[in-house]
Amino acid sequence: MVNLKINDQNVSVPKGTTVLEAAKKMNINIPTLCNHDDLCVAGNCRVCVVEQTGARTLIAACAMPVSEGMDIHTNTLKVRNARKHIVELLLSEHRSDCTKCYKNQKCELQALANEFAFGDTIFLDLVEDHHYTIDRSSPSFIKDDSKCIRCQRCVRTCSELQYISAISVSNKGAHQKISSFSNKPMSHVVCTNCGQCVNRCPTGALVEKTYIDQVWDAIYDPDKHVVVQTAPAVRVALGEDLGYDPGERVTGKMVNALRQLGFNSVLDTDFTADLTIMEEGTELLVRLKKALVDGDKNVSLPMFTSCSPGWIKFIEHKYPEFLPNLSTCKSPQQMFGALAKTFYAKRRNIDPSKIVSVSVMPCTAKKFEADRPEMRSSGFKDVDFVLTTRELAIMIKQAGIDFRNIEVAKYDSVMGDSTGAAVIFGATGGVMEAALRTAYEIVTGHEVPFGNLNITPVRGMDGVKEATIKIAGCVDDWKFLEGAELKVAIAHGLVNANKIMKLVKAGKAPYHFVEVMACPGGCIGGGGQPIPTNMQIRKNRMAAIYSEDEHMVLRKSHENPDVIAIYKEFLENPNSHKSHELLHTHYVERENY
Amino acid sequence: MYQVGNLVKELSDKHGRQRDSLMPILQGIVEKHNYLTDEAMVEVAKELDISAAEVYGTASFYTFLDTQARGKYVIRICKTITCSMKGKIEIIQTLEDMLKIKVGETTADNNFSLIETNCIGWCHKAPAMLINEIPYTELTPEKVVDIIEGYMLK
Amino acid sequence: MEKTGLNKVDLIFEEIDPKEVLIKASKMTSDEIIQNMLDSGLKGRGGAGFPTGLKWKYTAAEKEPEKYIVCNADEGEPGTFKDREILDRVAYKVYGGMAIAGKAIGAKNGIVYLRGEYRFLLPKLMTELESFHKMISEIGFDFKIRYCLGSGAYICGEESALFESVEGFRGEPRNKPPYPTTSGVYNKPTSINNVETLVTATMIIKHGPASYSQLGTKDSRGSKVFSISGDTPTPGIFELELGMSVQEFVNEFGDGDTKAVQVGGASGFCVPRKKFQDTIIGFEGVPTGGSMKLFNSSRSMYNVLHNYLDFFAEESCGQCTPCRVGCQQLLKGVEKVKKGEAKSIYLNELVKLADTMKIASKCGLGQSVGNAFKTIVENFREEIIY
Repeated sequence: MVNLKINDQNVSVPKGTTVLEAAKKMNINIPTLCNHDDLCVAGNCRVCVVEQTGARTLIAACAMPVSEGMDIHTNTLKVRNARKHIVELLLSEHRSDCTKCYKNQKCELQALANEFAFGDTIFLDLVEDHHYTIDRSSPSFIKDDSKCIRCQRCVRTCSELQYISAISVSNKGAHQKISSFSNKPMSHVVCTNCGQCVNRCPTGALVEKTYIDQVWDAIYDPDKHVVVQTAPAVRVALGEDLGYDPGERVTGKMVNALRQLGFNSVLDTDFTADLTIMEEGTELLVRLKKALVDGDKNVSLPMFTSCSPGWIKFIEHKYPEFLPNLSTCKSPQQMFGALAKTFYAKRRNIDPSKIVSVSVMPCTAKKFEADRPEMRSSGFKDVDFVLTTRELAIMIKQAGIDFRNIEVAKYDSVMGDSTGAAVIFGATGGVMEAALRTAYEIVTGHEVPFGNLNITPVRGMDGVKEATIKIAGCVDDWKFLEGAELKVAIAHGLVNANKIMKLVKAGKAPYHFVEVMACPGGCIGGGGQPIPTNMQIRKNRMAAIYSEDEHMVLRKSHENPDVIAIYKEFLENPNSHKSHELLHTHYVERENY
Repeated sequence: MYQVGNLVKELSDKHGRQRDSLMPILQGIVEKHNYLTDEAMVEVAKELDISAAEVYGTASFYTFLDTQARGKYVIRICKTITCSMKGKIEIIQTLEDMLKIKVGETTADNNFSLIETNCIGWCHKAPAMLINEIPYTELTPEKVVDIIEGYMLK
Repeated sequence: MEKTGLNKVDLIFEEIDPKEVLIKASKMTSDEIIQNMLDSGLKGRGGAGFPTGLKWKYTAAEKEPEKYIVCNADEGEPGTFKDREILDRVAYKVYGGMAIAGKAIGAKNGIVYLRGEYRFLLPKLMTELESFHKMISEIGFDFKIRYCLGSGAYICGEESALFESVEGFRGEPRNKPPYPTTSGVYNKPTSINNVETLVTATMIIKHGPASYSQLGTKDSRGSKVFSISGDTPTPGIFELELGMSVQEFVNEFGDGDTKAVQVGGASGFCVPRKKFQDTIIGFEGVPTGGSMKLFNSSRSMYNVLHNYLDFFAEESCGQCTPCRVGCQQLLKGVEKVKKGEAKSIYLNELVKLADTMKIASKCGLGQSVGNAFKTIVENFREEIIY
């Protein structure tokens, strides 16, 4: 243990603790900006400078490890003056159109300005000296360099969490900025649109591209029938933007609020998550049969999940040779979109050209996914607009809905039913668990051999998880799998996905089935989720997801009555011709820069 | 624009494929072609298995690793204080008149680029300039004319 | 104040038999070599002035078997050109210093980081290095030196930025601690020394620490190579005993009309005529890495300051706020004051900003921008305003 003094109080902390962490332990708040719980220490912004007795300069609390006998003061005149200067300097290079900014009142620089830099501006405006451009090329997010304060959180996110480095710091001095490769538009580079940078940007330099106005226009258009689907992870996080603590489930209130916003039908992505399990589970079993029984050497194994559009784009850019390993299943969002303008339109007797299909997602990459040219199998754009969890919260506020006090409500029928298996899609390992619950039962006729259906080995926050399921007691059709060991792996965060891909590429991956979610923690930690995020918040959301699952009556996808019905009435069988037409897709190779 | 061909592979074979091979590889390309094209940077990224944005980010940090097209002879005139005091402006005017370009530009025949640079370590013999890697010092307009004429004949 | 007057010395460029010195070093223990450095009182010649003996002692004490000697030949400070001259004339003494340092700290590998602007020297330096390697292997030194080239970035002279550059990254200074002696290049214990320091180390081993420490003053032992430029009839490189006053310096090198001397380059201090007499060149007065620029009365100190600020605004690495934005603010600020677009009193705000940059910047670059800014603004305020 190391003994030191902060603001004249003694404290003992383990070696390696930073001054910032030690202060936090004592409930002494030191302001920070470039610091982020999920990322490595940068020590760039200097907002956290404090005074160390005897030191020639101030020190950055975030980057300074404690040492024995240290004497720290966090609030001296010297410190306050320096902090004020630093915040003023940041403001001078930041386009402060705060009242019009998408991040107004959610901006960390604004909060610091509120504390340290109110009143007359000291320094000259530098924004005009830089010829900034705003990059709107991505359908998912906007990069506005005039609001960037070079904290490099985005750069660290893209490299440390996502192993992509689609953006990097470029140039130096006054010209230093955050750039894509050769300043190409973000839509033309290796960016997966995962939005993790958006989630960590302290200002309005990186924000999602919003489609709120377009959705309102559709809602108010009497000619349009607007359906909305909500992804599983939205219901466990939306509350955070509406005054609830992380991890509070607000499913029923959310459904009611959506209805009050004026959507004609409030439906659930969970329905197509269940459908995904039927399609993807079948696809896996077919691939296994081809490989094991037919001896087909061309079968691509391991099979990868395909629900996460960030992951899809990652593999398209970085490992295109493994595109055949991806399940051909569309993501639940896109299955829903395709069915909304076909099956749903038919059932409700609505002209599909009049249907506007909106989805609420924890994700910015879903905006890109909905825009993919492949996603028009209904004959229309299958999903017209994608909103993030954050955008939905804004709409609820715009509509003046008293979220805390509204009644809970249930999803509409026809594509509104779901199971616990679908809900857990929102957490890392969830798709795997849902798939195993169903596939195991198809193959053996009985439930997976885990207590209360909870397949705990695939759960949790480890970056890469592995499990082996021994298959026993197969029904006749699947006898060839008797005694086989199904090896699976799960990765979340693309840096972990890359670890698995390296094994796969080296031919050292023993897996049959791999689940990958682009974002840390899975969709609950998605780029479209409420800000801030950190490990504790993600854990709370994850706990809420599993609690939602436990509270469901049905917890296996193949038992979803809507799913059973849609096969009977419309799709015939999993992987049928019709399914392939509407629910499956293909992928494209992309440049690796 | 130049074709990068096998150069990146050759340089990677020579300097290795670790991160610390990046600078010598980029320097090797610039030595041969005077600047880095997008194509060259993508090739380097591929060889070293790092992101192209990082290659660009690193290159753009270093003044001599130009990511803008440059001519065969890159003239870098020192603009720091002593050279500035000792007649840098006249030298630039002479060069601009001779080459018919302004600072920051490249001649139409892609032979010369004219740029300013920070202190090159010849303050006692100011004004000074580099043409590619060769220093020229104690410059006068007359001397500059001779030097450039020499390059024009090359 | 202790003073020595202006005395010319010939140590750095003195031709010697390197083999003889290295044989002498090879018979010494690591502790003996380090003690020699400590006794000599040698402080780093790059400008920061950390005692060389201590640096070697700390690095030697590290348990990690893989260690490095790095020679900082990224001489970028405006007004210094001595390292180029040293490498051009006596590179073997630089290599010798590295091998001696390697023996002292227990390093088998040396890296010379040469600024890209000096690339033209490389072929010759490599040839000399080859013969050096041959020579030391005959003596039984297990030490290998390689070159890394910079590519035009002043900040890479900052030690941790230099390591980043060697490792193939942007030359952005690291957070300290850890210091290079525990975690330097490739995160291994590293002793990074200036070109001149290493040559001086060679000469201390040759002549012994006692004779070296007789030169100079208590705080500034020995002699130093000065790079002299600006308004002087005799620009060039001169080795002088430390401890002279600026007045003595100006008497020797001035043109009779010197109004200011910039000691230590753009990151150093401006000494006006009225302070020549009372200012000692050395760690007790104004420290310098060797850059001495003289300005006569025909020069506008506004232009001098503007040139420096323009330099820093470009050469800041850009990662930390005080330096990246502060340099731009100082530059734009003095421009506005000069043009009359900001009140002259705004200079006071800028001086306060320079103070913040000094204490809040991440590395020595940002911390030293205020030196020139404050000393020029304080001493030549009218020239900035009118």
